Amino acid sequence: MRKLFPVLAAVTAIVFATTPFLIANAPYESTMLLIQKIFYYHVPSWVAMYCGLGVCAVGSVLYLFKDSRAGDRYAEAAAELIVVFAGNGLISGPLWARKAWGVWWQWDARLTIALLVWLIFVAYLMVRKYGGPGSEKLAAAVGIFGAAVSPFLYFSVTIWRTIHPPTSVVPDIIENPKGMAAPLLVSMLAFVLLFVLLLNLRVRLAERQDALDDLYLTLED
Amino acid sequence: MIRRFAIAFTSLLLLAAPVFAQPPAGQSEFVPVNGIPENEKLPAAPLLVVAYAVFLVLMVGYVWTVWRRLSKVEAEMHALEQRTMKGGR
Amino acid sequence: MLRTALLVLRKDLAIEIKTLEIVTTTLFFAVACVLVFSFAFVREGQAPPDAAPAILWIAVAFSGTLALGRTFERERYSETLRALLLAPSPRPALYVGKLLGIIVLLALDEIILVPLIAFLFAAPMFARPLLLTAFLVCGSVAFAAVGTLFAAMLMRSRTRDVLLPILLYPITVPVIICGVRGTAALLSSPADDATATMWLVILFTMDVVFVTLALWTFEPLMSE
Repeated sequence: MRKLFPVLAAVTAIVFATTPFLIANAPYESTMLLIQKIFYYHVPSWVAMYCGLGVCAVGSVLYLFKDSRAGDRYAEAAAELIVVFAGNGLISGPLWARKAWGVWWQWDARLTIALLVWLIFVAYLMVRKYGGPGSEKLAAAVGIFGAAVSPFLYFSVTIWRTIHPPTSVVPDIIENPKGMAAPLLVSMLAFVLLFVLLLNLRVRLAERQDALDDLYLTLED
Repeated sequence: MIRRFAIAFTSLLLLAAPVFAQPPAGQSEFVPVNGIPENEKLPAAPLLVVAYAVFLVLMVGYVWTVWRRLSKVEAEMHALEQRTMKGGR
Repeated sequence: MLRTALLVLRKDLAIEIKTLEIVTTTLFFAVACVLVFSFAFVREGQAPPDAAPAILWIAVAFSGTLALGRTFERERYSETLRALLLAPSPRPALYVGKLLGIIVLLALDEIILVPLIAFLFAAPMFARPLLLTAFLVCGSVAFAAVGTLFAAMLMRSRTRDVLLPILLYPITVPVIICGVRGTAALLSSPADDATATMWLVILFTMDVVFVTLALWTFEPLMSE
């Protein structure tokens, strides 16, 4: 795994390097023109966040029910990445919205739930940091509850027709290229690779930290 | 037993709920506003640049924090190993 | 299992009836909440039209957090939870017992809050009493389900007082949203039953999801 890390890093860097060119050459969207190009980093950011939700949920369940310490490490790493990628989405979204909708923020379903998911996982990190002994289990429960909100997040836009573009825009774009599919798919690939890369990096930190703690414990005996 | 029933009930409800949960009809697609007065038109380029820059800053910043914590842990590990080798415990 | 849960509930109620400490303090806190929000929102003698449902649910959320904190503080202080955990009863039964206790507390608060808000804001709270009760019941169950789980787990933590709201509010905001929007639909004239029913269905779904998740995770959480 450690040997693959530089390879993965190189591949991620190369894929990311191609994205600016693809995005610059993509056709303008008819109503929003230039500002719509935020889309190519905004949507994949949320895709990476969903990956994080999945990893955190699975890791938390494994840790709670199977006492898997590796599961706990992956859950913690994934939670940090959720905060980072959702944070990126929550910043790029309003920047896009200011131009496209005229306001920085709107309390519609998708934005509200997205903000909530971000808050839940910030709370996850706070519990781990300030919760005292045994806080890993509580954090795992928080992670599971947070992941349970995600179906509401995904379907919120299809159920409630709101100002936010519907999720069906993405499958539409993939089926009817118009030149927008390639940059979007490549960006999504880039972000997923980045997510995997950062996850491995963070998990390595967690493993070393655990090894250090174990070493301290054995020394005390 | 109760647990399984609860899980089955939950899944059924989750599937069924959206059917009932239809709000009054709203607008179904993005409708652009035309004829905005000149002083309210925003240039898009700065917002775009800031969005991509923020992404870069966040990623680089995060990698930097992880790297910093990793070096600290590795240094502590190294020091501990040195101590055990010297102390012979 | 239900018998154990009811035993736990009876124990809590018996302790509470002696001093009525938690009931009266959280009730007074809820009323104080309503008054503070009223003073904040009232302009020229009138409150904004949508203030009533919002204030109701905020007061429920805040006093609910307080009730959770106080209930489990009492358990922690007398170290009774450890005794309960040692008893050979199924863990989920303990959870359900504590959950029912919190729901009773919230219900008592709401019984006082609803007429108070109807009085202060001239809001037609009793236009659709059945639906309103359904909203309050489902909302309280959802809030209490998540709160009981987290409060029980946080008992051993040093920073429990501040961590409980941090954990509870983001996860229960959807519950509050459903409650407020649904109650607002009920209070509009004429009462918008269709919208209210939609929100009620979503709230009920959340109830089922939260209680199921909580029952599932309570056991591994409480074992060390």
